[in-house]
Amino acid sequence: MSETAERTIGETGAPQRGPTGVGGAVVRALRLLGRQREATVFVIAVALFLYFVIDKGSDFTSKSNQVLLWSDFTTPIIIIALGEVFLLICGEIDLSVGFVVGFAPYFMHFLTDYYGFPGLLAILFGLLLGVFVGLVNGFFTVTIGVPSFITTLGTGFVLMGLINTTSHDQPAAVPADVLGIGKWIANYAWAPIIWAVLLTAVFHIVLTRTRWGLHTVSAGGNLLGAREAGINVGRIKYGNFMVSGLLGAFVGLQQMYYTNNIAPTAGSYQWMFYAVTAAVIGGTAMLGGVGTIIGAFFGAVVLGILLDGFPLVGVSADPLFIIFGAAILVAMVANVQLTRLRERGQR
Amino acid sequence: MTASTPGESELVNPGGDVLLCEHIAKNYGAVTALTDVNLRLKRGEVLGLIGDNGAGKSTLLKILCGFQPPSSGRIILEGREVSFKSVDHARSLGIDAVYQDLALINQLTVFQNMFLNREKIRWPLVRNGIMRKEARERLDAVGVQVPSVNAPVATLSGGQRQAIAVARSVFSDPKILLLDEPLAAMGVKEGAIILDLITRLKREGNVSIIMIAHNYAQVFEVCDRINLIQGGQITLDKPTSETSAEELTELVVQEYRTALEERQRAERSA
Repeated sequence: MSETAERTIGETGAPQRGPTGVGGAVVRALRLLGRQREATVFVIAVALFLYFVIDKGSDFTSKSNQVLLWSDFTTPIIIIALGEVFLLICGEIDLSVGFVVGFAPYFMHFLTDYYGFPGLLAILFGLLLGVFVGLVNGFFTVTIGVPSFITTLGTGFVLMGLINTTSHDQPAAVPADVLGIGKWIANYAWAPIIWAVLLTAVFHIVLTRTRWGLHTVSAGGNLLGAREAGINVGRIKYGNFMVSGLLGAFVGLQQMYYTNNIAPTAGSYQWMFYAVTAAVIGGTAMLGGVGTIIGAFFGAVVLGILLDGFPLVGVSADPLFIIFGAAILVAMVANVQLTRLRERGQR
Repeated sequence: MTASTPGESELVNPGGDVLLCEHIAKNYGAVTALTDVNLRLKRGEVLGLIGDNGAGKSTLLKILCGFQPPSSGRIILEGREVSFKSVDHARSLGIDAVYQDLALINQLTVFQNMFLNREKIRWPLVRNGIMRKEARERLDAVGVQVPSVNAPVATLSGGQRQAIAVARSVFSDPKILLLDEPLAAMGVKEGAIILDLITRLKREGNVSIIMIAHNYAQVFEVCDRINLIQGGQITLDKPTSETSAEELTELVVQEYRTALEERQRAERSA
């Protein structure tokens, strides 16, 4: 960059407190980005999207691929991440949610096909199964005092075992009784991503504009302080575990309709890993107190684009995880640095 | 008290002290934090609670604000025996506290902290506009300056944080205010903000204050009466005018001396 360019930037840049020159311009640009936690990951998502659009060799922009990208790859990560963000913010984590994804459809299938439950009621109980798993996670974590990492590791394995045992490792057909409602949940091509966007909006508002959200931040930011202020921290954590389970069950039903199949392999740790990755890339801290829903949304979009786009341009799935791992590390380092910049900017 | 029905607490001390503690004790398992505390707080006064580390000052405070229940003993608030179910319950009865750690959430803004757990809501949303405005007004009223009510409290100085915690606690116009070391870890200048605030509250006369403190100079500046707590009970109760920093120091030094002698005796016999 030339000297004049440097000077122009130095002279027109709004606050004159920071360092000047090229480094200063970069710092100021970063500061602008850093003001909104979500901005960084938003820029990355847009850049990745454009990269694959410009790469003409693939059919990235075709309708069928866009449905695949948004409704198949991205939606489940977004929806599960919503629950994980709330849990991470209040200082907990749910490793079991991926197996709720797997077990909820089976549970519903057992209720309709073996116990004669009407379709809608079976769906309701399928969703309630997720809530119940959350209740159990909350009980062991909050009431008994087992760290949630261990609790949900345990309940995750239990659910995995339940899926394998009750299904005898066999897939099942979607019960005819529940087919009708499927188009609303997942069968219409854009339905999943519409759900994901709506839920994201709701969860963003809950986090930033309701007592529940503020108290979730408080529980993770200063547990003792939140208690001293009279916040029922246990209730907050219980609630967030139950919401995470509910979202897992909902994704399970979406997957069932989307694939038109109930498979024992649908439940795995992978869902949770993707969701936590999305949350972390989006600016959610593992230490609690900090996180954003919008950031996690775009974090999930980044993962979705990578999962969908790389095979299209001929990169095999094998090195994908190298990129994922690097992305997590870069995102974490960036977050730590941006937080520092942000705080310096506010002093 | 023939008219009192079950569930309704009886009048014990009508018209007298605003708060009365009788034989309060607190055990944590085998550890005894408070043995037998008898304390009274008169309407409108500032009571200084002093004592060695571990004497039970904070334990007593956390009982009085509903954070934890006593193992035994009675608390009589404005003549009625009460047993606090929670911090919220005590607050609803007019007792508010500023804890040693301030109970501020670093990640939230000044106004969000000031309304923590008493947010103004129009269901289901919190009303940020009105909370910002009221926070600003309240801070102005008590003379506390912050860069912005929208700043995260993490970015504020120790004195500002302390001032926000105190300003927050007087939001609901409590009858009784409990302050745990409101001047700890603060410079003279910053401490002056808080002392000013306490003096102002005292002058307005609507609130009675119990204040834990280490610094005797500050205690003598604002407190009307002083209670010394030693070994889980109150061993001295005098108006500020009838005691002196020397007397208090002497009592505490004596305590150290006794403890030292006991240790030496134990070592000799061992």
